[in-house]
Amino acid sequence: MSKQIDSTHDDRQVSSGRREFIKQTAATAGAALASGALLYTGEASAKPADEAVTSAQRWGILVDTSKCADGCNDCVNACASENGWGSVEHDPRPKTDAQWIRSVTIRNKQTSAEHTLPLMCQHCENPPCADVCPTGASFRREDGIVLVDKHICIGCRYCMMACPYKARSFVHETIENQIEYAPRGKGTVEACTMCVHRVDDDRNPACVEACSHQALTFGDLKDPNSDIAKQMKQHATKELRADLGLNTGVRYKGL
Amino acid sequence: MKKIDYLEIDGDSRGFYTLVGILALIAAFGAGAALTMEHAGHWITGMSNQVIWGTPHVFAVFLIVAASGALNIASMGTVFNRHIYQPLGRLSSLLAIALLVGGLLVLVLDLGRPDRLIVAMTVYNFKSIFAWNVLLYTGFIGITGVYLWFQMDRSMGKYYKIAGYAAFIWRLILTTGTGAIFGFIVARDAFDSAIYPPMFIINSFAYGMAFFILVLLAAYKWTARPLGDKLVYRLKNLLGVFVAAAFYFLLVYHLTGLYHTKRHGIEDFFLQSGGIYTQLFWIGQVLIGMLIPMFLVWHPTLGKSRSMISAAATLVIIGGLSQMYVTLIGGQAYPLNVFPGYEVVSSSFFDGGVNAYSPSLFEVMLGVGGIAVALLAVTMGVKILRFLPTDLSDKAVDPHHTKEAA
Repeated sequence: MSKQIDSTHDDRQVSSGRREFIKQTAATAGAALASGALLYTGEASAKPADEAVTSAQRWGILVDTSKCADGCNDCVNACASENGWGSVEHDPRPKTDAQWIRSVTIRNKQTSAEHTLPLMCQHCENPPCADVCPTGASFRREDGIVLVDKHICIGCRYCMMACPYKARSFVHETIENQIEYAPRGKGTVEACTMCVHRVDDDRNPACVEACSHQALTFGDLKDPNSDIAKQMKQHATKELRADLGLNTGVRYKGL
Repeated sequence: MKKIDYLEIDGDSRGFYTLVGILALIAAFGAGAALTMEHAGHWITGMSNQVIWGTPHVFAVFLIVAASGALNIASMGTVFNRHIYQPLGRLSSLLAIALLVGGLLVLVLDLGRPDRLIVAMTVYNFKSIFAWNVLLYTGFIGITGVYLWFQMDRSMGKYYKIAGYAAFIWRLILTTGTGAIFGFIVARDAFDSAIYPPMFIINSFAYGMAFFILVLLAAYKWTARPLGDKLVYRLKNLLGVFVAAAFYFLLVYHLTGLYHTKRHGIEDFFLQSGGIYTQLFWIGQVLIGMLIPMFLVWHPTLGKSRSMISAAATLVIIGGLSQMYVTLIGGQAYPLNVFPGYEVVSSSFFDGGVNAYSPSLFEVMLGVGGIAVALLAVTMGVKILRFLPTDLSDKAVDPHHTKEAA
């Protein structure tokens, strides 16, 4: 018994020493990281996985339509393979198959100028989808990413009625071979997640990474030193359906 | 006016069992269709990622709107003290609850995850008008149920007025909520208008009255109970007034759209170039659902014929379903204007074009099944409990009745 107490006492001593060590290491590492962060502010840095998301960041994507190439589908393909929505077992059913991102070519009615651009969830600050969702399954993260909680989505599809961008898809049939970090479910609604699993891991969304024309820039809209914020300060950019006042996280340059 | 006696119907004739059998069969087909859709997924329906709400919603919203309107007859007796309608209060309340239950069944069975109904009833986002509607629907059933109880239980007579007022106010809020489902949608040109809630309320008066007239005429004909012309003519005149009011709201909605340049596209679609939606608008909604019924009920001779009054009520229901189809599906078929000032050259997701939709048999079966459930509930209700007065002759309902006046 006394041995046990001793051993516990020893453990305490050890753990106290370990605590000190961890403290010091953490402080050193923290200082190193902080100084690194101070020096390296051009790119947005993501949060550790066990930390709650805050509104300190607002993630966004800037699309430069002058660089987006007609006929190129790289971002769409990358999104599909990253999130597993294009690889269905059945024959393609375009009307009911999900599309998280699509390539659209538009023509100005006055000038006939044509633009090709990717269209996906615009990650609004005031998302109509989240407003209308009866259960709160559609929600906006503190950092601006709009998501669907597949566990409480009842499949009413009111969010799809409300979305001005037709950015959402309803899963019309059974899905197999799902990707672990991008769960999907028959009878629920889904959309672009801005590759939240990547963002939380300090990586760019798959579409941004795949764009070989550098037409897509991802970053923190709130960080004045981020590439995206700098570009948006320098050039005129547009939000789609700006008249609705949704303050979208995805912006377009060159429209 | 003599004391009104209420009695269950006998419900032992071959006709009764045939009616119950037919309604049960239609309801069973509806249930089968729902099961099939849930098992296979919605891809077997006409719905898509472009037309998100299909025929089941047309029936569901129509029934929910008609339900609140069916309660109007009871409200006229209780809230507005029109004594002649008081004997009809019980049937009016029963029909209102039955239609709402039928509509809700269709709505719930068309969800992507109907098994998660409990989630919808326990987890709320109070900014969503849908969430409010969940409470409004359940509240309506509860309040109208209590109102019905107080109507039938004379010992609760002193609370009857309060319950009647509560039910009346609740039904106005409920239809406001139903209309707001569309009125609050900022994204789509056909919706996004504050006129939807009041327009739905006035539509509900017409649709509910049409259902009520049909059920009343059928019940009294088949049970051979006396039903005087006085009551029937009052109801059919009211039907005409409600249809005229609905016509006025429709006119205001479209005149506003024709005035606003930004809405010219959707107006052109509804009124001129929308194919099936234009046809359904002019022929289904306006001609069949409004102009012909108004002509029939107000015609000096045709308006006195019960078969013509039944025809008018039936046409109002057909017109109502047309209205819902045009509003709901036409409103989605018209493309979203994601890029104002631009036209879409190409898209893999059907941007910029009119979205195709044709209802599948499953959807129609589910929708019609909802109507069957509602009518089955009424049929069984009047057999089990005392909903129907034994005598609704002119003498029985009108204290000032004289033969000449009739």
